[in-house]
Amino acid sequence: MTRILGSSAVMVAFATAMLGMVLAVAGTRLRRPELVRGAYAAVYVNFGLLAVASLAMVWALVTHDFSVSYVAQVGSRATPTFYTVISLWGALEGSILFWGLVLSGFSAVAVWLGTHAREDRRGDGADVHRLMPYAAAILLGIGAFFYLLLVLPANPFLPVSPVPADGPGPNPLLQNHILMAVHPPLLYLGYVGMSVPFAFAMGALLSGAPGGTWIRLTRRWTMAAWMFLTAAIIAGMWWSYEVLGWGGYWAWDPVENASFLPWLTATAFLHSAMVEERRGMLRVWNLSLITSTFALTILGTFLTRSGILSSVHAFAEGEIGYWFLGFIALVLIFSLSLVAGRSDQLHTAGRLDAVASRETAFLLNNLLFTVFTFTVLLGTLFPLVAEAVRGVKVSVGEPFFNSMTLPICMALLFLMGVGPALPWRVASRDALRREVALPAALAVVVGIATAVLFGGGVYAVVTFTFGTFALAVNVRQFTSGAKARMRAHGEAAPVALVRLVGGNRRRYGGYLAHIGAITVAVAVAASSAYKGETEATLRRGETMSLRGHTIRLDDLWGRQEPQRFVLGATVTVLRDGAPAGEMDPRLNFYTTSEQPITTPAVRSRPSGDLYLNLMAVERDGSSATIRMIVEPLVPWIWAGGYLIVLGALISMWPARRREAAPATVFAPAPPLVPGSAAARPLAIADPDTRGART
Amino acid sequence: MNWQRAAIATAAAVPLVALFAYGMTRDPREIPSPLPGRAAPDFALEVIRAGDEPSTGGLQPGDTLRSSELRGQVVVLNFWASWCLACRDEHEVLSAAARTYADRGVRFAGVLYNDRPAAGLEWIAQMGGQSYPAVLDPRSRTAIDFGLYGVPETFIIGPDGVVAYKHIGPVTTPVLTDQIERILPPIAAAP
Repeated sequence: MTRILGSSAVMVAFATAMLGMVLAVAGTRLRRPELVRGAYAAVYVNFGLLAVASLAMVWALVTHDFSVSYVAQVGSRATPTFYTVISLWGALEGSILFWGLVLSGFSAVAVWLGTHAREDRRGDGADVHRLMPYAAAILLGIGAFFYLLLVLPANPFLPVSPVPADGPGPNPLLQNHILMAVHPPLLYLGYVGMSVPFAFAMGALLSGAPGGTWIRLTRRWTMAAWMFLTAAIIAGMWWSYEVLGWGGYWAWDPVENASFLPWLTATAFLHSAMVEERRGMLRVWNLSLITSTFALTILGTFLTRSGILSSVHAFAEGEIGYWFLGFIALVLIFSLSLVAGRSDQLHTAGRLDAVASRETAFLLNNLLFTVFTFTVLLGTLFPLVAEAVRGVKVSVGEPFFNSMTLPICMALLFLMGVGPALPWRVASRDALRREVALPAALAVVVGIATAVLFGGGVYAVVTFTFGTFALAVNVRQFTSGAKARMRAHGEAAPVALVRLVGGNRRRYGGYLAHIGAITVAVAVAASSAYKGETEATLRRGETMSLRGHTIRLDDLWGRQEPQRFVLGATVTVLRDGAPAGEMDPRLNFYTTSEQPITTPAVRSRPSGDLYLNLMAVERDGSSATIRMIVEPLVPWIWAGGYLIVLGALISMWPARRREAAPATVFAPAPPLVPGSAAARPLAIADPDTRGART
Repeated sequence: MNWQRAAIATAAAVPLVALFAYGMTRDPREIPSPLPGRAAPDFALEVIRAGDEPSTGGLQPGDTLRSSELRGQVVVLNFWASWCLACRDEHEVLSAAARTYADRGVRFAGVLYNDRPAAGLEWIAQMGGQSYPAVLDPRSRTAIDFGLYGVPETFIIGPDGVVAYKHIGPVTTPVLTDQIERILPPIAAAP
């Protein structure tokens, strides 16, 4: 019953999406608004259908209905209910279903907001009306592809006969840590979110309204999708660090790169979009960036699901790869020919006024992100190229990626300090000097101190130097702005800070995201350059030490849990010979996996982590081999991730509105500065009009 | 619409798509197993269910299937589990092949991998029986010796005790027949 409900829902969704696409295009061409309304209705109906299908699957999972193929594949009576529910995205078919659900939901919200946008705040109401049907058609088209996958090659609702009594349960790696509940959905939210700006961009081109309207309409979507993608990448790093037991968080694995590539182009887009909004420049470039971002999200899924590259994320799925390949080809042909074919209508209005200006900083930023993207793409695909051209199997590892991308990271770090210090159009030499003198002096001091006290190689020293510089410049944006308010309005410091940020959320959210990114960069540099590790086999009561940390093995134990057997070590952390805390690294044995899955024990302090991994336990329980790793500043990577997310949230948070009106996508952000809000109704999505200086 | 530019841009995408298309024909996970061509590891596995007539091979539940006693015979060792979906696909193939080759001295055995014996027995009953014996592999000793990556995997061991073939994933009748015929002494040559 559940099976039939679910499979018919996705089948109807596919048919509805196809019909809606036809209605949208026909309605626009024939000037029949009722047909276009039908297309919008199809978007809403699909959301309902996918919600029904997803609920049916969750129901089947929770009730252990093994007559449903997906449940027979990932379900198990022994798995705790929580992990049973999240195994909705634990394997291919379920993750496509979840993707479809998110896509249909996003499409519904995007279409609703677009069609209910308040009229003509910037004189672009006509553009909105022209592009919406096409944007809806593109969203329905993307949806149709995913619903077709659910009907044919990735159908999670196939019958199983005879019905098994029990299933294997989800992949043990995926039921070992709470972060696994978070990482995949965040990634899908990020990936799928990029469909919306892409659809609006294509809609703008198709409708012949290729101005900046689509960028204004989708600014929050891009920001939100980027935020989810950032959070997903950080959560993936965190999960890998907490679960895989190798003490690292990034390995340049093809699937990691697959999530990183669209992040790079999206980050570039977030910056270059500002140049188009402000100066009317870079139109073709922005369309190319958003197209690349969307194509890279599909490419990422293709790489993950086709198994064409060897990866630790072992999802061998086979046939579905051809479907994604076809879809990538379709997306590339459609969007590239559209952007290129319409490029002569996209004359750029503005031009660079001076070399030392914020525009230049943004252009450099884009150049660096583009080179970064190509480098990672090349490294990721090189094994495939080598095999195609020379027939040899090669693997591209960390040394290539590190040596190629670290210089780019350094340059970006430096630019993150220079950019905010530069005003739009042209910078005066004196103003620039005032802005950067103190941060530069601070950076030199920290750089020299790092080199003398810690050493650690050129990259560590440069990261600390540039990191200090960029951090100081970005923090100064807050402090000097708040100080000005304190003087002008006599406000207390916290009030001044809150009002400053509230008055220009987009800008200060951006600076906060910078501070987060700088924090991540510095923490990554410190944890790799100053990492220490050692391994020893200890009997009970014996101790081992590393970098001033001492641990003592106290006990070894085992316990049977419903879905696994757990072996653990109880270890006491000693400070000056006295116990200062307990840690328990574990090994988990799942029935369906030959190799034990580790649960490392991590003791986090602001200065860094002590990381213990249980490598092996002697059969008679007399001794255990423990790997001990000391990694400075690791918690700051996660903290930096939170800061970036917070910055993005502030940046896209809708401002309070005076009159009651339907929510709009291109919601203006009237500054909360008293007296100025009413006077500046056209500060829409362009709150930076006061120039770079506050 | 400038069709010339559109065509050039589209052409730029062709090499990338072609590269991926080529990639689809390759399998990066193709792991060359060191086992074929080498002596099979020794094993001694407890029988929990005799094969259905006529191919029991004389073993009863509680007996032990020993590699040493199988010398001189072709052995098909299949690793399976009741929680393994792909194992269902190949079960009838194996059962039929075991019946076909019973009188030509080919010995089949199904090794239950990472599973409860009761679940395994129930599964066989559900699948309508099994023509060859089912054996247990406590603590996956034999599976580890054979370098198992997952289930199902099937090993064909020659009369000389050397692994002649390893199959990952569900086996099919043509593959099984080809590989057995390859090492089985021809019927005509038999005395």
